[in-house]
Amino acid sequence: MSKADRQLMIELENVDKFFGSFQALKGVNLTVGKGEKVVVCGPSGSGKSTLIRCINRLEQHNNGKIVVNGHELTGAVKDIDAVRREVGMVFQSFNLFPHLTVIDNLMLAPKLVRKTPKAENRKKAMRLLERVKIPEQADKWPSQLSGGQQQRVAIARALCMNPEIILFDEPTSALDPEMISEVLDVMIDLAREGMTMICVSHEMGFARSVADNVVFMDEGEIVESGPPGTFFDNPKNDRTKLFLKQILSH
Amino acid sequence: MSFDFELILDSIPKMLVGIGLTFELLFLSLALGTALGIFLLILRISGRWYLAAPTMVYIYIFRGTPILVQIFIIYYGLPQLEFVRDSIFWPILKEPFGCAIVALSLNTGAYLSEIFRGGVLGVDRGLTEAAAALGISVRQRFIYITSPIAIRLCLPAYSNDVVSLMKSTALASTITLLDMMGIARTIVAETYAPYEVFISVMVIYLVITWAIQRTFAWIEKRMSRHVRREA
Repeated sequence: MSKADRQLMIELENVDKFFGSFQALKGVNLTVGKGEKVVVCGPSGSGKSTLIRCINRLEQHNNGKIVVNGHELTGAVKDIDAVRREVGMVFQSFNLFPHLTVIDNLMLAPKLVRKTPKAENRKKAMRLLERVKIPEQADKWPSQLSGGQQQRVAIARALCMNPEIILFDEPTSALDPEMISEVLDVMIDLAREGMTMICVSHEMGFARSVADNVVFMDEGEIVESGPPGTFFDNPKNDRTKLFLKQILSH
Repeated sequence: MSFDFELILDSIPKMLVGIGLTFELLFLSLALGTALGIFLLILRISGRWYLAAPTMVYIYIFRGTPILVQIFIIYYGLPQLEFVRDSIFWPILKEPFGCAIVALSLNTGAYLSEIFRGGVLGVDRGLTEAAAALGISVRQRFIYITSPIAIRLCLPAYSNDVVSLMKSTALASTITLLDMMGIARTIVAETYAPYEVFISVMVIYLVITWAIQRTFAWIEKRMSRHVRREA
């Protein structure tokens, strides 16, 4: 895609974020075009999660500018709700609502936020459960599912709101190894369908095959970024080289 | 000393006449106290100091003083004040029953709001974040996510408080009300047989406690269906 055709979905300009006196993000700049997939990696505490949590305002940035699909994130509740309707999020710890069945987890937000009729919600929720390959679990409680199944439900729940963008915050880090691929497969399918995605992940195989752009963060800064080919085979920064050596060595 | 079993059998039915009043005191002040507890909770977690601070003072006072003193202040103290006698609350406060309800509700509301707060704080923050990320508003998050989970978390403490409130209703007898305890005291005054009479009333209170505990055990079990697989 030529630069001129690139429709920007997310723009971060000089974003700073402080937790007390600790600076979690230091002047971060990042743009994500429609349909692009960005994988963010880096050591723990480097600000990866904070970065994506600022995009749907689970954290408020202190300085700089964040624009998501044309909405600038300011203090206005209206803008935040508008952004959150368009941005789905999948968490490391799934965060399924434990008191609702799988299908009700999927149907809650469309009911409350979009106010679409129940029958329509149900049909759509079932279609999405089929898409993540667990329609037979619809009436179970989240606690009855395996971690991989719960995470697939969480992805379906995010999709129920028809988001333009999905943020993944280490979606496979809490999973047993044998369940990682079932979740990554769903994410790869989504990527192929053209979803705009930002994914905090250390799944380098996934990054290599899916990402348009790989971003390496350390100590609150974006140290290096580039297409996976260049990033993995020809990293320029020493910190990136060290990080890649550490995580690819086993 | 001789122990008069016949007197026990005699006095239990007499005291059961007062069970209606005991239940009225219990259910009315439980309902009002629960509503008050929820109201205080919302003020307390509003994030606004000028709402939270007076709430904390209120809770501190009502949990920090004996309920008997609170009943006496409301029953004997408030009617001394002219503006109370002129207020719209006078029809309630001039009756001992109204005073008992007011005292029990204010007291139990303070305890309950702290119990509710414990439940709300026990709800995993990740769940409300997940709801926020879906575009669900603060109010809807409180109603659909936080509340149902918090209610289940505070049920054991809530049932404790119901038992404790039920026992506190006996204090209403100190302001002339003829609940079960009030009747018991009257019988003792007539028969000079405190053991038999007070043991009888104890048995009735124990049976009510047992019923309350069974009811809550059943509710808890029903509300925990979704976590049965977890240990």
